[in-house]
Amino acid sequence: MAATDVDVFSNEEKRSLSLGGHVGFDSLPDQLVSKSVTQGFCFNILCVGETGIGKSTLMNTLFNTTFENEEASHYQNGVYLRPRTYDLQESNVHLKLTIVDTVGFGDQINKEESYKPIVDYIDTQFENYLQEELKIKRSLFNYHDTRIHICLYFIAPTGHSLKSLDLVTMKKLDSKVNIIPIIAKADTISKSELHKFKIKIMSELVSNGVQIYQFPTDDDAVAEINSSMNAHLPFAVVGSVEEVKVGNKTVRARQYPWGVVQVENESHCDFVKLREMLIRVNMEDLREQTHARHYELYRRCKLEEMGFKDTDPDSQPFSLQETYEAKRKEFLGDLQRKEEEMRQMFVNKVKETEAELKEKERELHDKFEQLKRMHQDEKRKVEEKRKDLEEEINAFNTRKVAAETLSLSQPLKKDKDRKKTTLNHSSASPVQCT
Amino acid sequence: QMLGNERKKEALQSELDKQYVGFATLPNQVHRKSVKKGFDFTLMVAGESGLGKSTLVNSLFLTDLYKDRKLLNAEERINQTVEITKHTVDIEEKGVKLKLTIVDTPGFGDAVNNNECWKPITDYIDQQFEQYFRDESGLNRKNILDNRVHCCLYFIPPFGHGLRPVDVEFMKALHEKVNIIPLIAKADCLTPNEIKKLKDRVRDEIERFGIKVYQFPECDSDEDEEFKQMDKELKECTPFAVIGSNTVVEARGQRVRGRLYPWGIVEVENQSHCDFVKLRNMLIRSHMHDLKDVTCDVHYENYRAHCIQEMTSKLAQDNRMDSPIPILPLPTPDAETERLIKMKDEELKRMQEMLEKMQQQMHEKDQ
Repeated sequence: MAATDVDVFSNEEKRSLSLGGHVGFDSLPDQLVSKSVTQGFCFNILCVGETGIGKSTLMNTLFNTTFENEEASHYQNGVYLRPRTYDLQESNVHLKLTIVDTVGFGDQINKEESYKPIVDYIDTQFENYLQEELKIKRSLFNYHDTRIHICLYFIAPTGHSLKSLDLVTMKKLDSKVNIIPIIAKADTISKSELHKFKIKIMSELVSNGVQIYQFPTDDDAVAEINSSMNAHLPFAVVGSVEEVKVGNKTVRARQYPWGVVQVENESHCDFVKLREMLIRVNMEDLREQTHARHYELYRRCKLEEMGFKDTDPDSQPFSLQETYEAKRKEFLGDLQRKEEEMRQMFVNKVKETEAELKEKERELHDKFEQLKRMHQDEKRKVEEKRKDLEEEINAFNTRKVAAETLSLSQPLKKDKDRKKTTLNHSSASPVQCT
Repeated sequence: QMLGNERKKEALQSELDKQYVGFATLPNQVHRKSVKKGFDFTLMVAGESGLGKSTLVNSLFLTDLYKDRKLLNAEERINQTVEITKHTVDIEEKGVKLKLTIVDTPGFGDAVNNNECWKPITDYIDQQFEQYFRDESGLNRKNILDNRVHCCLYFIPPFGHGLRPVDVEFMKALHEKVNIIPLIAKADCLTPNEIKKLKDRVRDEIERFGIKVYQFPECDSDEDEEFKQMDKELKECTPFAVIGSNTVVEARGQRVRGRLYPWGIVEVENQSHCDFVKLRNMLIRSHMHDLKDVTCDVHYENYRAHCIQEMTSKLAQDNRMDSPIPILPLPTPDAETERLIKMKDEELKRMQEMLEKMQQQMHEKDQ
C-alpha cells in the first residue's frame, strides 16, 4: 500500500514555496512533545550478564533509586528472564520503565542452550505487538509496549577478551535488539589494561560480525558527541549506591583501603558516558530503532513464514486483503474439516456405546429370564413337597381316627389311656405344623 | 683467681664433652644434605581464563614464567578442550635449590559446554601417581623423578556471590587426589566488607558440599602464644583473597609490586590490601614440605591402595597367580605387549619344567 502512495507523488513536481509571514506550524514539534509528555513514555531494558556481575547495582545507580531485588543463586537449572515494571517520574515526564533480568545466566556447566530463553523472550514481545497490530479492533496508542529497546551486555573484567559464551550470545541477539556492551566491575582493571581490553573486545566483535548499537551520527545536534562516544565503546562502568565523603562532597563511590572509586568521576570510569548516551541523548532513538528496524525485521520474517508475500508469481503487487481472504478461506476450510472429523468421531463413539449398552441390556434380560425359571422350578418343587406332606398328614389323621375308635371300644387299660394321651399329644404337633 | 675460673670452665667443658653424644647435630646434617640434594615442588594452578593465575605465579616466585604465551580469542574458545602444560624452572636462594614445576590448565571452564572439563586434569594427576607407583615398584629406584602434583591453587572468580556449579564439581573431582587451596582471585574488585561476606559464603559452601580442601596442620601445643595466634588468624583467613602483579610501582616512597589506578595504588605485599603475603608465607615459607608430605602420605597412598586392590581382584579374575612377573595395570593395555608377556610367561614355564626334570634326573643319578 505504501508503494502506491509514493507513486502518486513522484509523478508530480515538488515545489518549494516561501512564506509571506509567520504561519505558525513551527509549533508542530512542541505539539508533538506535549502530546507525548501527556501520554508518558515507555522504555524497556534487558540486562544480560553472569550472576553477581552487577546488573541490579548498575540499574540502581543509573536511575538513582533502589529497585527491589534479591540476590540470585548460582544453582539455577537454566536461564530465565525476570521482567519488572516501575513507574518513574522526573519533572513532569512519566516513564514506565521495565527492567528484564537474566537469572542464572553463565552458571550452568553446559551453556549451549543459555541464549535460547533470551531470544524467546524478545521474540514473544515482538509477537505480542504484532498480534495487536493485526487485530481488527486495535488500540495501539494505549498498548503497553514491552518490546526490548536496549540490551546491556555485561562483560566480565578478565582483561583478556570476550568469553566464548559472550560471543555466542551476542551473535544470536544482534539482529533482534540494540546491544550496548559494557565492561562490568571495571575498578579491577588498570588504565593501560583497559585500553588493550577495549580494543580486543571491539576487534573480536567486528571480526565475528556482531552488530552492536551505534550512536546515531546523522542528527547534527548530537552527531559530534555521539561519534566521540562510539569510540569509547565498550563502556567500562562501576556501580554503587553507597555514598562516601570525598573532600567536602558526598558522592556515590566504592571505598577501598587504597582509595575511593567515584562512580561519577569520568577519569575513574565511563558511567557518566553511559548515562549520557543511554538516557539523556539517545533513548528516543533506541525506541525508534527497535520499532523501525528490529521489529520490522521480525514482522517480515513472521509474515513470510505464514505465507504472505509482497508480490505474487506474476509480479503484481499483492493486496494484503486478497492474501488475507485466501488465508482465511483456507483456515475456515481446515476448521470445517476438523469439525467434520470430530463429529464423525463423536457419532462413531455414540454408536459404539449404544451397541454396548444394548448388549448389556440383552444379557441382563437373559439373566432375568434364567432366574425366573429357576425360581419357578423351586416353587414347583416346594409345591410337590407340600402335597406330599399334606397326604402324609391326611393318612396319619385317618390312622389316628381309626386308633381312637379302637381305644374307645377298650376303655379299661390305663396304659392304653396313657398311650392315647401321648398319641393325642404326638398327634397334636403335626397338626400344629401345618 | 681468673685463671682458676678459666681452668674450671675448661674442666666443665671437657666433662660436658665426654657426656655429649652429638646427635643434636642431626638437624644440621639434614639441613646440609637437603641443601646439597635440592628440593622439588609441583604446583598446579586451575581456574577460568582471565582470573590472574599467571600473574599470581609470577608474583609468588618473583620471576616471569609466561613470557611468550599466546592467548586464545573468544571464537577459538567456544569448543576449546582443556590442555595440561608444564613449566619447569630451577631457582636458587641462599644456596638452596628449588626445582619448581608449574602445571597449568588452559581452557578450563572456557568453552560454552564445560561438561567434565576437569577430566583431563584428574587424568593427569592419576598418571603422575601411576608413574611414581611403577617407578617405586621397579628394580632400579636410584633416580626416581617425582612429578606428583603437590598442591593445586584453585581460583574462584570474585564477581559472583559464591561458588558456582563448575567450581563445586571441579573441587569434588579433585579433593581426594591433590591438596586443594581455594583462592579468591582479583580481590581488588571487592571492598573489605564484600571480601568478608564472600569468604564466609565460600567457606560455608565448601562445608555444605563436603569439599575437602587442604587443612593446615594443628600447631604443636608447646608453641608460643604468638605463633598460635598467627596460626589461628591464618586459618580464619581462608580462602585467601589475592592480588597479583607483574609490574613494579612507586608507593609511599618505595618500589613495590602493585597495580596503579587513578584512585590509588594497590600493593600486592600490603597485608591490609590482600592476603598475598599470607599465601606466600603459607605456601612457600612454612607449609611447602607439609604439602609434599600430605601428597605422599595421604593422596598417593590412597591411590596406591586403590590400585593394588584393583590389581589383585583383576589377578584373581585372570587366574595368573603363578606368573613370576608382577603385572602392573597399564593405562591402555595394548595387545602387542600383552601378547609378548604371555609368550614370555609360557617360555618361563617351559624352562621351569625343564629345570625340574633335570633336577629329578640328577637326583635319580645320585641315587
